[in-house]
Amino acid sequence: MQALKQSQPSDQLSFARSDNSTLVVRLAGDWHLRHGLPEPDLVLKQLDTAPKPAKLTFDAAELGDWDSGLLTFLMGVSEICHKRNLPVDWSPLPEGVRGLMQLAEAVPEKTGARHEAAHTSFIEQLGGEAISFARGLDDFLRFLGEVAIAFAKLAVGKARFRRVDLMIVLQDCGASAFGIVTLVTFLVGVILAFMGAVQLQQFGAAIYVADLVGIAMSRDMGAMMTAIIMAGRTGAAFAAQLGSMKVTQEIDALTTMGISPLEFLVLPRVLALFLMIPLLCVYADCMGVAGGAFVGATMLHISVGTYIRETAHAVTLTGIFGGVFKAAVYGIIIAVAGCLRGFQCGNSSSAVGDAATAAVVTGIVYVIVACGMFAFIFNILGF
Amino acid sequence: MATTPSPIKSSDGKPVSVTKFPKDGPPPITVKNLTMAFGNFVLMKDLNFTVNHSDIFIIMGGSGSGKSTLLRHMLGLIEPAKGEVFYGDFNFTRGEPLEREEMLRHFGVLYQGGALWSSMTLAENVGLPLGEFTDLSDAEIREVAALKLALVGLKGFEGYYPSQISGGMQKRAGLARAIALDPEILFFDEPSAGLDPISSRLLDDLILELRDNLGATIVVVTHELASIFAIGNNSVFLDAESRTMIAHGDPKDLLAHSTDHRVQTFLTRGGEDAEKSARNHG
Repeated sequence: MQALKQSQPSDQLSFARSDNSTLVVRLAGDWHLRHGLPEPDLVLKQLDTAPKPAKLTFDAAELGDWDSGLLTFLMGVSEICHKRNLPVDWSPLPEGVRGLMQLAEAVPEKTGARHEAAHTSFIEQLGGEAISFARGLDDFLRFLGEVAIAFAKLAVGKARFRRVDLMIVLQDCGASAFGIVTLVTFLVGVILAFMGAVQLQQFGAAIYVADLVGIAMSRDMGAMMTAIIMAGRTGAAFAAQLGSMKVTQEIDALTTMGISPLEFLVLPRVLALFLMIPLLCVYADCMGVAGGAFVGATMLHISVGTYIRETAHAVTLTGIFGGVFKAAVYGIIIAVAGCLRGFQCGNSSSAVGDAATAAVVTGIVYVIVACGMFAFIFNILGF
Repeated sequence: MATTPSPIKSSDGKPVSVTKFPKDGPPPITVKNLTMAFGNFVLMKDLNFTVNHSDIFIIMGGSGSGKSTLLRHMLGLIEPAKGEVFYGDFNFTRGEPLEREEMLRHFGVLYQGGALWSSMTLAENVGLPLGEFTDLSDAEIREVAALKLALVGLKGFEGYYPSQISGGMQKRAGLARAIALDPEILFFDEPSAGLDPISSRLLDDLILELRDNLGATIVVVTHELASIFAIGNNSVFLDAESRTMIAHGDPKDLLAHSTDHRVQTFLTRGGEDAEKSARNHG
């Protein structure tokens, strides 16, 4: 019975007219947030019913327990009456309610403080996105330029950073990434070999699986897969590290000490990834071939020796170096994107997460754009 | 890693501050017509004040009045929308990047949370500026870093990482780093924020000691009344409502003589109208 009563707000709220010009709002029973709130609009309806009241008051004789649920309702009523210039007599309400209402209304609303919900059309949003993408590219190129200047300083021995920082980053984006690179590129080799095997077996040309896997891995897939792994692993880490350093003002502390954060923080990171990613790429090529050989040996009955010989025959040194060169460029892209997003990070912990996400997205998008450009250029050059 | 020749060095390699701001020269800090704005939103306008030699200069005002932002403008971390900041004769706002960097080496800054570099030990934190800007050997750097840490009461904590010590200790370590190069101007951003009353008092004493013994000029952003009266001998009062400074001078004089009710309300913690002001500002 109690539950039924609480679920029906009309029992909590009823209206009466003490004389023709006064509306009495009767509050009864328990008013709790967790049981839901009656709409203040019910009062609005009463105010519109003739005869129109000129004053509003309350009857709280049967009011039981209450919490901010009641206050929320009363604030709604107060706003309605305020809009209509209707005098309200709060005095019948319990003292606690009156005190809290006074507190809530003590400071008038600051004009202009409320954020208007912006309504933008689809076209407008599309344009906005396009402009922000173009700005993002602009920021990226600008930052890349600054990094290039820092590298020039490094070349003449004028850049400042701690060697131990470089060593730590080298280890972090080199040796520590071995496991994941092994797993992913071995499986990519397996997948490529599988796909090739199904088709090539039909012509009795199963041995050409070795050519397929070898060429694909060395020219593109090795560099690409390594880059995607490193974007997710290291690019995000760079952004999160620099982003949280921004939040804790550690970057400001460097700047005001006269130490360039670009040289001190960005240079070792870009340098490390630039140096390590080509090595990882060569390793990834080998693991891909190993994955292919595994499929060859278990599914196609090609001996490992034959498979390797066929691979060596198919893969050219130009192809391998092309892949390694691409990987080095990808490394710079990923490191610069990660550091840039870290520097652009806002001043909160959620902004650090956003920076890490943005770093991975930017890194992978630019890597794939670069990959497309390389395909075009290498084609023209006849590699 | 090569070290660029730095002026903060004497023949025997010890860091010695070549006095950048002689006592008979122009005041160490002059702020002229400074306007701080983000886009179209003007936070503060028409700020004009000077900080004299060996002042402990307080930047005070209510929450959100732009005290820390003013400090960031003075340090060049944010470019002003209008106006200039001078250090001695040097126009810092319009200065060349290299000259600005050189000027920054005469400053020490203590940030709100300490802002210690979390991947380095306390000794490395304090030692980094020494390694970058002096010719000291590694062993000498360790000695100087240990001395600076001892000055702030952190003897024996050289090998600790910032995450291993308490917030108050991080702040003191930040101070040790700020005074590593014996700066002539020290900036403090809310030094007592997050400290218990006793630690906060000890930090105030430390600030006074540094001023008296290093002869440094000190700028402190704070809203702690106890600190303001204990250490400050000059100040500027920022008012969020009128978006400019409404008082300038010794905080004790302002308390005694200022007729502006906003300044009085602030300096007396609401005074008789405590309840009303608490409602309006709380």
